[in-house]
Amino acid sequence: MIISELKPLEDLQKTLSDFSSLFLVGCAACATACKAGGEEEVFKLQEWLLEQGKDVTGSVIIDEACHIMRAARDLRHHKNAVHEADALVVLACGSGVQAISSNVEKQVVGGLNSMFLGNVRRFGHYEEMCSLCGDCILNETAGICPVTTCAKGLLNGPCGGMEDGRCEIDPEIDCAWRLIYERLQTQQRQGVFARRVPPKNWSRRRKPGRYRLKDGES
Amino acid sequence: MSHLSAQLADGRFVVTAEIAPPKGTNLAPAFDEAKKFVGVTAVNVTDNQGANMRLSSLALAARLQQSGTETILQLTCRDRNRMALQSDLLGAASFGIENLLLLSGDHSKFGDQPDARPVFDLDSVQLLDMVTGLMAGVDMVGKPLNGVPRFFPGAAANPVAEPFELMFQKVAKKVESGARFFQTQAVFERRTMERFVSAMRPLGVPVIAGVLLVRSGKMARFLNDNIPGVKVPDDLVERLDKAPDPMAEGIAIAHETVAWARDVCQGVHLMTLGHEDKIPAILA
Repeated sequence: MIISELKPLEDLQKTLSDFSSLFLVGCAACATACKAGGEEEVFKLQEWLLEQGKDVTGSVIIDEACHIMRAARDLRHHKNAVHEADALVVLACGSGVQAISSNVEKQVVGGLNSMFLGNVRRFGHYEEMCSLCGDCILNETAGICPVTTCAKGLLNGPCGGMEDGRCEIDPEIDCAWRLIYERLQTQQRQGVFARRVPPKNWSRRRKPGRYRLKDGES
Repeated sequence: MSHLSAQLADGRFVVTAEIAPPKGTNLAPAFDEAKKFVGVTAVNVTDNQGANMRLSSLALAARLQQSGTETILQLTCRDRNRMALQSDLLGAASFGIENLLLLSGDHSKFGDQPDARPVFDLDSVQLLDMVTGLMAGVDMVGKPLNGVPRFFPGAAANPVAEPFELMFQKVAKKVESGARFFQTQAVFERRTMERFVSAMRPLGVPVIAGVLLVRSGKMARFLNDNIPGVKVPDDLVERLDKAPDPMAEGIAIAHETVAWARDVCQGVHLMTLGHEDKIPAILA
């Protein structure tokens, strides 16, 4: 899921200073799961805004705020409340904010910072394991991504900063290449160590990403 | 042919040293330092070392090379993508720079501009492959070069790194990719270096041992805590702590290291960090 966190309140305060009435949007998917933009957080934001002397004209939690059509439909159901507001505050990832901003003329204020595609270690603990590079090497690296979990994204083994199998940028973190090496040993295969991995094809991740299912698949 | 490659080919013990470009445009101190490199075959010019922004290593290496100091241009993957690396390398060749030390580079986190986006478009193995390609007259996509550069590409290794086999598989890849010499991270223990050199022997590539002038126990602890890959052993830290003149003790330790390195490997790389005047004493 997309891991996001609430922006610092003083930043929000500044951004919202010109508005007196606001409509709030949350997301029932990722932002709810990481407790940044679910029902509870939208309610807390509303309380805070009221304390700041703002009006809240209404709120909605969209099933998946990144779904552009669904966001449009849900906003239509709250047409009047949206109309009465000076601006909308969206507690969703950057995709969610843009699904909303592409559906309304009014200013849309994003309330969260989106951080990464995260795995859940346990409740409240998220780790980035995939960076959506479009050119996956996991089948050779025993299911551990060096592009993401090596701080330098190296493809041919550890850097000179590995110390006792730990990462140079954070000794609390295992060197990704040590983990790959050990798991491949357990599996008794050479995997990625059997070849020199050529430079990565970054054109696979050209921005902005576009993808359409081919005819017959949809 | 560079003096470095010629001397290594002849089996002569080489001495390299290093110089850091200034933060700013004043090259006078660097030229002064270069004059102190007595008995040194070639001088590494560091590339935004420790991820601290400095004048470009290529610019200083070119200037030193033109004034008669043989250089080893350090190039990291941290700050440039593959296009910038290729064009800088062609530029380096145009200045007569042949010796290269091709590195991944310390993470931006360690430097004075930690908010910078680290690039790492290539890793050091891929960079070596690219240099091998340039020397064969083609760029990374196989397009022919009009004028082919001549390089003597080197790579880095950290003999202290554990797990050793994991570290060494990358060293072997670097050799396959065209590394013609290795300069190591600072080493302090003979047996560590011996293990590394004996693993290197079948690959037939010369090893230049990193010798770091540690001037005090305090500096040793700082290195151990802050510099990736550097580990000053406890007994040496104690020696420095107890010494009445820690600088003299540090020189003695470096001198001892150079002495055993003459038996173990093909050269030494002196990291004196602004105390180039101590080089004659270390080599004496």
